[in-house]
Amino acid sequence: MRLAFILSEIGSGIRRNLSMVTSVILVTFISLTFVGAAGLFQLQIGQMKGYWYDRVQVTIYLCVDNSSETSCAAGPVTEDQRAAIQARLESEQFAPYVDTVTYESQEEALGHFRDQFANSPIVDSVTADQLPESFRVSLVDAEKYEVINEAFSSEPGVEAVSDQRDFLEAIFRYMNWASVVALVIAGIMTFCAILLIATTIRLSAFSRRRETGIMRLVGASKAVIQLPFILEGVIAAVIGAVLASATLWGASRFLIDGWLVKTFPQTAFISSQQVLILVPALVLLGAVLAGLSSLLTLRRYVKV
Amino acid sequence: MIRFDNVTKTYDQQSHPALDAVSLDVDRGEFVFLVGASGSGKSTFIRLVLKEDRVSRGAVYVAGQNVANIPSWRVPRLRRGIGVVFQDFRLLPNKTVFSNVAFAMQVIGRSRAVIRETVPDVLATVGLEGKNNRMPHELSGGEQQRVAIARAIVNRPGILLADEPTGNLDPTTSMGIMKVLDRINQNGTTVVMATHDDDIVNTMRKRVVELRSGSVVRDDAQGIYVGEAGAMAG
Repeated sequence: MRLAFILSEIGSGIRRNLSMVTSVILVTFISLTFVGAAGLFQLQIGQMKGYWYDRVQVTIYLCVDNSSETSCAAGPVTEDQRAAIQARLESEQFAPYVDTVTYESQEEALGHFRDQFANSPIVDSVTADQLPESFRVSLVDAEKYEVINEAFSSEPGVEAVSDQRDFLEAIFRYMNWASVVALVIAGIMTFCAILLIATTIRLSAFSRRRETGIMRLVGASKAVIQLPFILEGVIAAVIGAVLASATLWGASRFLIDGWLVKTFPQTAFISSQQVLILVPALVLLGAVLAGLSSLLTLRRYVKV
Repeated sequence: MIRFDNVTKTYDQQSHPALDAVSLDVDRGEFVFLVGASGSGKSTFIRLVLKEDRVSRGAVYVAGQNVANIPSWRVPRLRRGIGVVFQDFRLLPNKTVFSNVAFAMQVIGRSRAVIRETVPDVLATVGLEGKNNRMPHELSGGEQQRVAIARAIVNRPGILLADEPTGNLDPTTSMGIMKVLDRINQNGTTVVMATHDDDIVNTMRKRVVELRSGSVVRDDAQGIYVGEAGAMAG
């Protein structure tokens, strides 16, 4: 009975206050969409890190003839130097760090180069002796790149030690920036949402002050008096959260599944299924936000 | 039923207290008129009984309990034991007579079946049989006040507080309302009615407590009241 009563009160509250409730829905919708977008960026970064860090290799380039690097002033790498580097890589000392070591000769490097730049005219002008031979080292723990770098960059015959992570990290930095921007926008919009919910509840409380006055007099409990207002805000915010979730899901299907995955097939993208992980979090966030701000407002505007 | 023990209520430090060291006992089943000019402290008395305001000094007891000691979450229970009627009726304009009375039961969680059974009985008690589906604006002032009284007593409170219930009504209609209040009192409800209508007080011959500037100046068992105008003439 009391539940039915509270529900009917909520219904009449929303009807009376329809334009304000709509604006609450829209503002929470936008703010939670940005919160969700920031979350998606983070998910994507995590996904890419997990995928790429397992695959990144450290490449130890060996000196070629006419190398411009100072470390190669002594000329191209000798047989002995190459053997010494390989022996060290496979030694006990580096066993905890090094997973596998692959040697790539100048001819193999040229082969890879031709594959990679198959459509480019420079292919014909490149010869095998211009490309460095190298050791491709995959690590047990990709974070331990520095160990290899320090140990081998000053080794005779080594031109440079390079880590693909530098390139990835630049990408991650941009994505982190994007998620920070999304979070800042989300923060501002959330602040708007809180103010708007407070205003809406205030208007709602004002338009129903007659009812709440009578409820007080006949001894209605605090819950019965305040719950309709709180739920009014919470319902609006949850609708906003559902809209935000649907938008994020739609955008991820369209952008990621429909375009990015096809365009960059080697890259690991989050799936639109993973977006669904965010839904309960967004709905909860919306509900808590609305609940708290209406609770605080009611304390001031609806005496019990 | 209601006991004021040396109660002082000051709204702000500069002004004269609204109630000044008032001591008063209202027994169970009594009918008491609280008389005095506007600003004499009648409404403050009612607010203090309902714990709408806190006393500045002294103590208010309702049904034996010091209201100052009632925690805020128990205040609704205190108010369920007290019905209140006002000069301006305070009905919900978009609800029928039946719904206005039922509202008081809905908000404290009474079942639909109990409401359907109780409301018509109470409407009969106040003389509104057959007007269940009228809207407040279709009723006369006296009828609207009867609806308000029905709402105040539908949860069977032990106390009925009436703050100038006849203030907006003509003398004949007022007498009708007084009959209703008297009948409610006969059924065992303690009634405290604030008024400055001397005709009504003099006709009813009940206990009269007169307040002036926040102090009790008279407490007669079967008193009369000579209002402001009468006092000046006499």
